[in-house]
Amino acid sequence: MSDRQTPARASFPGATFSVWSLLRRTLTAEPWPAQWRSPDPQPAYDVIIVGGGGHGLATAHYLAAEHGIRKVAVLEKGWIGGGNTGRNTTIIRSNYLWDESAALYEHALKLWETLSQALGYNVMYSARGVMMLAHDEHDVRSLKRHVHANRLNGIDNEWLSPAQAQAFCPPLDISPNARHPVLGAALQRRGGVARHDAVAWAYARAASAQGVDIIESCEVTAIRRGRNGAVTGVETTRGPIAAPRIGVVAAGHTSVLMDMAGMRMPLESFPLQALVSEPVKPVMPCVVMSNTVHAYVSQSDKGELVIGGGTDIYPSYAQRGALHVSAHTLEAICELFPRFRRLRMLRSWGGIVDVTPDRSPIVGPTPVPGLFVNCGWGTGGFKATPGSGHVFAATIAAGTPHPLAAPFGLDRFRTGRLIDEAAAAAVAH
Amino acid sequence: MLLIPCPWCGKRPELEFRHAGPAHLVRPADPAAADDDTWAAYLYIRDNPKGRHAERWRHVHGCGRFFNAVRDTVTDRIATTYKPGEAPPA
Ligand SMILES: Cc1cc2nc3c(=O)[nH]c(=O)nc-3n(C[C@H](O)[C@H](O)[C@H](O)COP(=O)(O)OP(=O)(O)OC[C@H]3O[C@@H](n4cnc5c(N)ncnc54)[C@H](O)[C@@H]3O)c2cc1C
Ligand SMILES: [Zn+2]
Repeated sequence: MSDRQTPARASFPGATFSVWSLLRRTLTAEPWPAQWRSPDPQPAYDVIIVGGGGHGLATAHYLAAEHGIRKVAVLEKGWIGGGNTGRNTTIIRSNYLWDESAALYEHALKLWETLSQALGYNVMYSARGVMMLAHDEHDVRSLKRHVHANRLNGIDNEWLSPAQAQAFCPPLDISPNARHPVLGAALQRRGGVARHDAVAWAYARAASAQGVDIIESCEVTAIRRGRNGAVTGVETTRGPIAAPRIGVVAAGHTSVLMDMAGMRMPLESFPLQALVSEPVKPVMPCVVMSNTVHAYVSQSDKGELVIGGGTDIYPSYAQRGALHVSAHTLEAICELFPRFRRLRMLRSWGGIVDVTPDRSPIVGPTPVPGLFVNCGWGTGGFKATPGSGHVFAATIAAGTPHPLAAPFGLDRFRTGRLIDEAAAAAVAH
Repeated sequence: MLLIPCPWCGKRPELEFRHAGPAHLVRPADPAAADDDTWAAYLYIRDNPKGRHAERWRHVHGCGRFFNAVRDTVTDRIATTYKPGEAPPA
């Protein structure tokens, strides 16, 4: 292990961004300095975070910023944000049904609202509204139940008539003889989207500035445990690294990592796909989701329609997804938005999502001393990134769950205290 | 889309099938005597392996029967399929 200092290219922490710095670099074509250090791993840390997605990086940031734990390494097998963080359709909302979920996702949403300012980096959080469509009586009842439950929890969510839904989203087809008739919609105005890469980069930059080592191309291959069973460190493709506390934040690969510590998890990993269309002028002012027909769409600032759907039907680590699954999503999009029918799709890709039996995440300590896990966010954890990192950091720092994380412990699969968001609404993202 | 060899009907496209979870999962023989850990293991805990996976499929739009398959979850290649009650191949 070398303790060679950061290579010269990293001149972190750089100046904060301003109109003037942007303008100067545009005019002079001066290259931007690296925004986080890329050091070699040190032999030992206080905490190792396995997985450099948004959740892992946020955890590292809050460990340093709120708990003074700075001797932290984030180990990422590829590049940071290259997992589901950089592959998702970035829908952010907090209108979940059960009190426990609503509290956790609302905690995250509140952090989103000021995240760019807090981290000094523009994560492009855009509260353009997330509208969820109802196509049949069951949808109407389920979404209205959500609206009422959310209001009781002080979370904004309102019921729209079909005409109000179309006023909010003009390209939506609400004609009564449409294949998927719109009987109404639930709208969370504070919901929206953010720039996924920027979220990973912002947390990496802030964490790095506080002393956290972000180590890419470093795959964890084993978890070491001492005589008493407690974790002592990890083996990696860049050598062994010691730490008394390890947080696994590896999304679709969580089962693989926990198996290294001898633990089996209530998880299955599924491919989930997304697509973007060719760029067009602004046409979609908001996010529209339809769980019943498996389609989600928004428009990026570049003009591409960003589209997602359901998972494949069998568990897999093949980061692809089947063609007929995305074709099904596109058929639904074309019915809901007839004017999109002639758009060509530019790219499609897949990510591997870790799905729990109750479709709620798992955040907390494990029976293995020193080992903590943050997983099971499945198809919908991007929206939780700041809140997840925040409560997980507190959990690792204290050794006991943060109050908002407490209901999401592993133990619920033994006690039966499930937080069943799936049965509540068949909601994906 | 996978081409799945049903042990009775031969190779058919994935669209004709439903995935039915891991194979060889045995319900506790005496449910009343099973403790919480046993139930959790049966109901919720999964191997979720990256690699060889023994799983159940049902040929819903064909013969309608359940069968087992061994599939590699990295390549999605199906190594073999076999009838219910048969032991998984070594
Ligand atoms: C197509 C798609 C669309 C989605 N749409 C939405 C959406 O609209 N809204 C929403 O809220 N959520 C959405 N999600 C879900 C969301 O992306 C995830 O829940 C969230 O990003 C998970 O973040 P993470 O940091 O936990 O995981 P990741 O970003 O996947 O990070 C985990 C990291 O662990 C690394 N890793 C794995 N194994 C090892 C190892 N052995 N050693 C070191 N590192 C390792 C991986 O390389 C990866 O970078 C979507 C997901 C997908 C795939
Ligand atoms: Zn058959």
